[in-house]
Amino acid sequence: METLQKIKETPKENTLAKTPLGYGGISGSIAVLEAFIAEGVSTIFGYPGGAIMPIYDALYDYHDRLNHILVRHEQGAIHAAQGYARTSGDVGVVFATSGPGATNLVTGLADAMIDSTPVVCVTGQVFAHLLGTDAFQETDVINITTPVTKWNYQVTDATEIPAVLAKAFYIARSGRPGPVLIDITKNAQLQLFDYEGYEKCNHIRSYRPAPIVRKEYVEEAAKLINEAERPFVIFGQGVILGKAEKEFKAFIEKAGIPAAWTILGMSAIPTDHPLGVGMLGMHGNYGPNLLTNECDVLIAVGMRFDDRVTGRLDKYAKQAKVIHLDIDPSEIDKNVKTTVPVWGDCKETLPMLTKLVEHKVYPQWIQKFADCIAKEKEKVIKQELNPSSEILTMGEVIELVNELTKGDAIIVTDVGQHQMVACRYAKYNQSKSNVTSGGLGTMGFALPAAIGAKFGDKKRTVVAVIGDGGFQMTLQELGTIMQFDIDIKILILNNEFLGMVRQWQELFHQKRYSFTDITSPDFVQLASAYRIEGKSVRKREELKSSLSQMLNHKGSYLLEVMVGKENNVFPMVPQGKGVSEVVLCKEDIQ
Amino acid sequence: MDKQEFTITVYTENQIGLLNRIAIIFSRRKINVESLNTSPTEVDSVHRFTIVINETEDVVKKLCRQIEKQVEVLKAYYNTDEEIIWQELALYKVSTDAIAEKVKVERLLRKYGARAVVIRKDYTVFETTGQREETDGLVKALEPYGLIEFVRSARVAIIKGSSRFHERLKEFEKKEPGEEVIENEFLDKNEEVFTM
Repeated sequence: METLQKIKETPKENTLAKTPLGYGGISGSIAVLEAFIAEGVSTIFGYPGGAIMPIYDALYDYHDRLNHILVRHEQGAIHAAQGYARTSGDVGVVFATSGPGATNLVTGLADAMIDSTPVVCVTGQVFAHLLGTDAFQETDVINITTPVTKWNYQVTDATEIPAVLAKAFYIARSGRPGPVLIDITKNAQLQLFDYEGYEKCNHIRSYRPAPIVRKEYVEEAAKLINEAERPFVIFGQGVILGKAEKEFKAFIEKAGIPAAWTILGMSAIPTDHPLGVGMLGMHGNYGPNLLTNECDVLIAVGMRFDDRVTGRLDKYAKQAKVIHLDIDPSEIDKNVKTTVPVWGDCKETLPMLTKLVEHKVYPQWIQKFADCIAKEKEKVIKQELNPSSEILTMGEVIELVNELTKGDAIIVTDVGQHQMVACRYAKYNQSKSNVTSGGLGTMGFALPAAIGAKFGDKKRTVVAVIGDGGFQMTLQELGTIMQFDIDIKILILNNEFLGMVRQWQELFHQKRYSFTDITSPDFVQLASAYRIEGKSVRKREELKSSLSQMLNHKGSYLLEVMVGKENNVFPMVPQGKGVSEVVLCKEDIQ
Repeated sequence: MDKQEFTITVYTENQIGLLNRIAIIFSRRKINVESLNTSPTEVDSVHRFTIVINETEDVVKKLCRQIEKQVEVLKAYYNTDEEIIWQELALYKVSTDAIAEKVKVERLLRKYGARAVVIRKDYTVFETTGQREETDGLVKALEPYGLIEFVRSARVAIIKGSSRFHERLKEFEKKEPGEEVIENEFLDKNEEVFTM
């Protein structure tokens, strides 16, 4: 307490920045903030509480250098940090207190872990002497978060703080990125120690961020590609995380190979790229799914063969030789047996491969994809984008967003039907434009993630496309938007159902709609309570002008669009089926 | 592929919480750990885990990759029983009267190479080192004479084909690890892998 008093008594204007660091003691709390500044952190998403009060007290003097966004729930903080990381390409940072503050981070940590998002969370913890005594707001945060963090560590002594945070940032952003949690006991936050400055970490002896590239494999892969007749590239977020968009484009353009993206790989190349053939996966495009089982060489770049992409593994690309480029050695052969593994950072391996592959074109092969698109247009896309009925579809809303934003917006989606539709129809011109919860499928992700996405790239328009169900999971973050005057366009696609589950109930459970009809409040009134303007539309003639009003509005805006209640997302690879069993309509199932 | 006994050897930093990080790699996949030993190595600050599981080679290989992915793990190897020399330590507590009276017991102990650690009026503690079947054999044999308590350690194992870990560690400590540090089974089996 005496130490806390000392901190309190320091002048409001912090003198630390003016005095050379390293003279005199500083508190562990100040060391945390100095580390953030040294790591280039500008925005922190957080929520104070008892066990993290010393850090918040120190933050009081740092408000000119560190922008802290007070969220309404710690889950909101970590999703915001994820959104920030996705659009900025840097590490998102979170503060939370001990106990419930820390446990509220778990969903976000799991989401960041499975989607390889670099996040550093600093949680407060009870005094070290109280650890294990069931103290007030004590939880075993380290053990709770171990399976959902790339690394975590508990600090009980302030002298460790600079080195531990340096390690945290290095681990979070290097190699295959991921979330890191640092739990700091209150005594360490208060403890004064001789600060010797901050040194960034760039090597840990037991940690190799990326395997060394083996030239032999690159050569072998190039040979396979050059001999191929129907090569097919599938790529994931690795291209974006590796900041290798240019290298990737150069590779497919030289080799002339059609390329399909996973949901997280989306926007790594512009969606209208001539070699871009669409999205993979359960609700991806028809061609990429069907033709996975017709290609002779499958080149996977920075993707992990998720089950939503592969469908049944024993019916997945059995005819093809598989080349897998990945930074994480544990991904090679994890789900799909590789013919040639190309270990390494694709920023490094792709140019090596590009150099060795021949200039080629595959007009007949690419025509096959075009034929599939034509078929999909006829059977699915046409009705979705130009419906014959008066009832609005999610697809036409997204199409209008494309038209009005010209594909320059960042689109953040939640989880469910609207997510699949948005990802199927959204157009993107630049990388890091699609922010969604891919691996974990976290409903409630979009609203807080959109807040972070805006801070990650302030110049761009952020449209948060959210379903009526997911919105109600984290709508408390409207308070954050209100308080910090954040400019987000909230687009609720309301079908008055938990649509994706309802679709499965319709298709596989004899339409037994068990607890999927969800009632919503008046979203426009709700927004208005948070001083956010809004509107609800259900008529086609009002749709475009309303969307345009939303996009042109200065500041945040909520637009609710009432869409068809029982529309389904197609194509679909039903669970337990192979990718080539992809169906275009309900009648084709079974 | 059939399940068989594999011994996983993991070199790690000495770090609180790492045991849990490694243990959950198995429990998450509902794999039972038959035995687990962790102790300091000959190298200062480096610890060694010896883990025995019953699984297919495919699964074990994936598990090792997941273990090696942990930030504080230096290296993970897996070996079949043929590729290692292994031992378990076992302690047996029996009534001193029983052995004093029954000559057969003494013979048994000789047969199994047991050594007396403590001899008291009321009880005697014997020790053996050996493989699972050997200790199991002695337990079974002693039971009729009143085995009071029995405990065995986890397996410890030496890999027949290993090279000095010291040398490897020096490489890890260098900023840019040398090529030989990166173990790559594909490269070792080049021809097999690229046969099409």
